[in-house]
Parts: sequence; structure tokens; C-alpha cells
Amino acid sequence: MSRNTTHRVRYGMAIDIDRCTGCGACMVACAVENNVSVPPPPAGDRKGLTWIRVYRLHNERPYPESRTAYLPLLCQHCGHHTPCVSVCPQHATDIDPETGIVSQIPERCLGCRYCMAACPYHARYFTWWDPVWPAGMEEIFNPDVSPRMRGVVEKCNFCHGRRQVALQRAAAEGRRQIRDDEYRPACLEACPVGAIHFGNLDDPKQELYDLVHGERAFRLLERLGTEPKIYYLSSQPWVRRLLHNGIPASRRHPDGGRPDVAALRHQQVLARDPRAEERRRS
Amino acid sequence: MSRHRGKLMFLGGLIAALAVGWLGLPIVLYETIDQPLQFSHATHTGDLLGMDCEACHTFDEAGRFCGVPGIALCATCHEEALGDSPAEQHLVEAFIHPNLEIPWLVYARQPDNVFFPHAAHTVLAEISCERCHGPHGHSDRLRPYQRNRISGYSRDIWGSNIAGIASAPWDGMKMGDCSRCHRQRGIVESCQDCHK
Repeated sequence: MSRNTTHRVRYGMAIDIDRCTGCGACMVACAVENNVSVPPPPAGDRKGLTWIRVYRLHNERPYPESRTAYLPLLCQHCGHHTPCVSVCPQHATDIDPETGIVSQIPERCLGCRYCMAACPYHARYFTWWDPVWPAGMEEIFNPDVSPRMRGVVEKCNFCHGRRQVALQRAAAEGRRQIRDDEYRPACLEACPVGAIHFGNLDDPKQELYDLVHGERAFRLLERLGTEPKIYYLSSQPWVRRLLHNGIPASRRHPDGGRPDVAALRHQQVLARDPRAEERRRS
Repeated sequence: MSRHRGKLMFLGGLIAALAVGWLGLPIVLYETIDQPLQFSHATHTGDLLGMDCEACHTFDEAGRFCGVPGIALCATCHEEALGDSPAEQHLVEAFIHPNLEIPWLVYARQPDNVFFPHAAHTVLAEISCERCHGPHGHSDRLRPYQRNRISGYSRDIWGSNIAGIASAPWDGMKMGDCSRCHRQRGIVESCQDCHK
């Protein structure tokens, strides 16, 4: 089959942890952009809906050495053995070969939450309640994103609605492709310190390319072999130590990044509680 | 005779059940609603005026298809009644003079989770309006709108035949109908190309 829709890109992100102030503007912008509903009070941290969530990192040292950093965590858009895609019995989540974006189609989702169990990053959320918004917020819905119903899983899709709108505008002008500056996620635009960078990971001309190939870049649970497309940047050794998994490279399976089961389990524990490793060592 | 009675009863019941399902269900499933105004596309696109579809069905500056035009566009020609047909009187008195939008029932209205960029189809792929909308642009009158009582969608989405057998290329606007055309044209598609 010929590819005559768009050219192939690999969208990715670099988030500078050293710049992030933990203000949460990205979380608000994301919720507004994507018509994320506001679950009722019993929701709390565990059952709330946050396509991007800012976690607080702390080095757990007393005052003079005490350090805090913030980790904005969103769908990592894994490019290899994408765990959620491989377990979904419904084909409700899929990785787009044209863009590398991991999609979620709520109408196909049956709500089994297998993908949430498979996701090593806890980046997927389940809608436990009928979607409700504070009075008046329905007036400012984003028409390019369809709200989800109760009983399905939802997650970040790199503001895919914005890409569709950009492609539509390009089509009306007779272009098949969009320019780099025509499509940017909402979290990036909202970030007051410019900690979030977005673009095509395969394009050496973009600033993102230098960032993700720089010395400050690393990925979460990199040795799982899932090839996440979100890169984090930090120069602080304790941040890198905390977020970098401690599995020696020799435990990797030789056939291209698949770890053994014990290593995988260890990673999943770390994903739920990044401080477990430090506690174990001390 | 009594030997075959059971078989005859079974066959009779089967035929009755199939008749209810295939003939009765569509009648019960759809409710018929008249359009708020009788409109003739043929008058506008015919020999007398010869207007193009694009004269009224436009794109905005962001490339969004604007669908059915607003009353302001109608008023550019119909500020006062042109001719003396009852529909014309109704248009001017009920909508144009009080400046109210006409609550049209859109035959091709898709579910909310569908993203359909008209521009990609009509501008880039140069597909004619008739490919999906049929001869609607040359119709003399607006047929009644049929609404599915369960889903709330127009009957045009499923197509006229309850079994889903299309009588024409534009009969049916389901996901399968989109996909079929995409595959014929070799378009690689992923879920999010058309879903939002």
C-alpha cells in the first residue's frame, strides 16, 4: 500500500526537570484542552483523571542537603513492545505508524484496565464516574476533542486533536504536511519556564534532537526496552539516580532489550515507588 | 398432515419472526421528522442560477467546513421574499425578519467522536461532493429526516437498508464505508486519523 497521507515522523518530548517548578500549569492546560472531566471528591489521587501529573521528588536528606524536584509524568508513548497495545484485547489502543503516537479510542475500550496494569509508568487513568464538570465549564469545551464516557481508560495522546486541526488547515491550503510550529501540545504552551520541548525525534535540525542526544537526557525505566519517546533532562545526580533504574545492563536479555522476568518485576516495583531502591540501599 | 404440523408451525414462526425483524424493526426504529423549512437545492444549482456547492457551503479561515450556512448568507439574496411560494414566505417571516437561525436537521451529522476534515477530501483528494452526499445538491425538496430512536443518529449514517447493503456509493456513512474507500485508494489509516 502506498503512503499518501503524511510523511512519517516520530513525535517525542524532552522535559527539563531542573527547570520545572512544579506549578501544575501543564496539568490545568491539559485538562482544559482535552475536556478532562472532574471526578467527584472521593476520587482523590488514585481515581482522579490527570493525563499529565506532576510528582514531587525529594532526596530525603535533612535540611542543609534537602533537595526537591518535580517530575511531570504523562504517557511515555513507548515505541517498542508498547505494553498497553500488546495487552489490549479490544484494539482500543494503538500505536500510529505515521506519528508514533499511542492512541486511545474510548468507544472501543471495554474498561478491563489490563492496559493500566501493563503500563510501567502509571500514565493511564480510568473514568470511574460519569463525566461531570463544574457548572459553566461545558460552555468552553474544546470541539476538537470528544469527551469520554464512564467506564473507559483515557490518557495523553500528545493533544492529537491539535494535530488533526493543523492537518485540516494545511489541507484547505493544499498542503499534505504540517510545519513544525503548527502542532504543539497544550502542556508545552502553558509551561511558564519552558521546561517542555516537543518535536520530531528523527529530525536532526530540531532543537529537540540535540536535547535528547545530550548528556543530560535519560528516560524512565529505559532498560525495560519499551523505547519511551519522553526524555527527561537533569544535571542533578540525585535526580538521575532516583529516576534511573538500577538494573545492571548485563541482566538484559541479549535479543534486543527484553529484560528477564525478575528484572521486569523489579522495574515495576520501582515504577510504583521510585524511592524503593534508595530505601533498599540505605 | 398432522405429521408435518410441527415443521409447518416452525417454518411459519420463523417467517413471521424474520418479517418482524427485517420489515417491522426499521419502521419502529426510525422516527420521521420534517425539516423546519422546505428547501430546493435544484432551484439554486439548476440552470436558472447555476450556483456551485461552494457558494453556500464554505470553509472558514482555519480550514474548517462550515456545513449548512447561517441565516445571514440566506439573507443576502432573500432579504425580502423572492417569488410567492409558501416556503419563501415562511423563510422570510419566520427566520429572516426575526434574524433566527433555521434549525436544520443534518442528514450526514456524524457522532461526536468522528473527525472528518472536508478539506482533505475535497481539496487534496479532489473528491466530488456527490461521492458521499449523492444527488442531494440537485434535489427538488428536502426528504423527511429519519432519526434512530436508540442512537439518535440520522438514518443516512447506517444507510437505507437495515442489512447494511448499499444501493449506491453514497448510501451509508458508517466507519466501514469510510474505510472501504480509504483502502481502495491505498490510504494507510490509524484510529486517530479519523477519531478524536
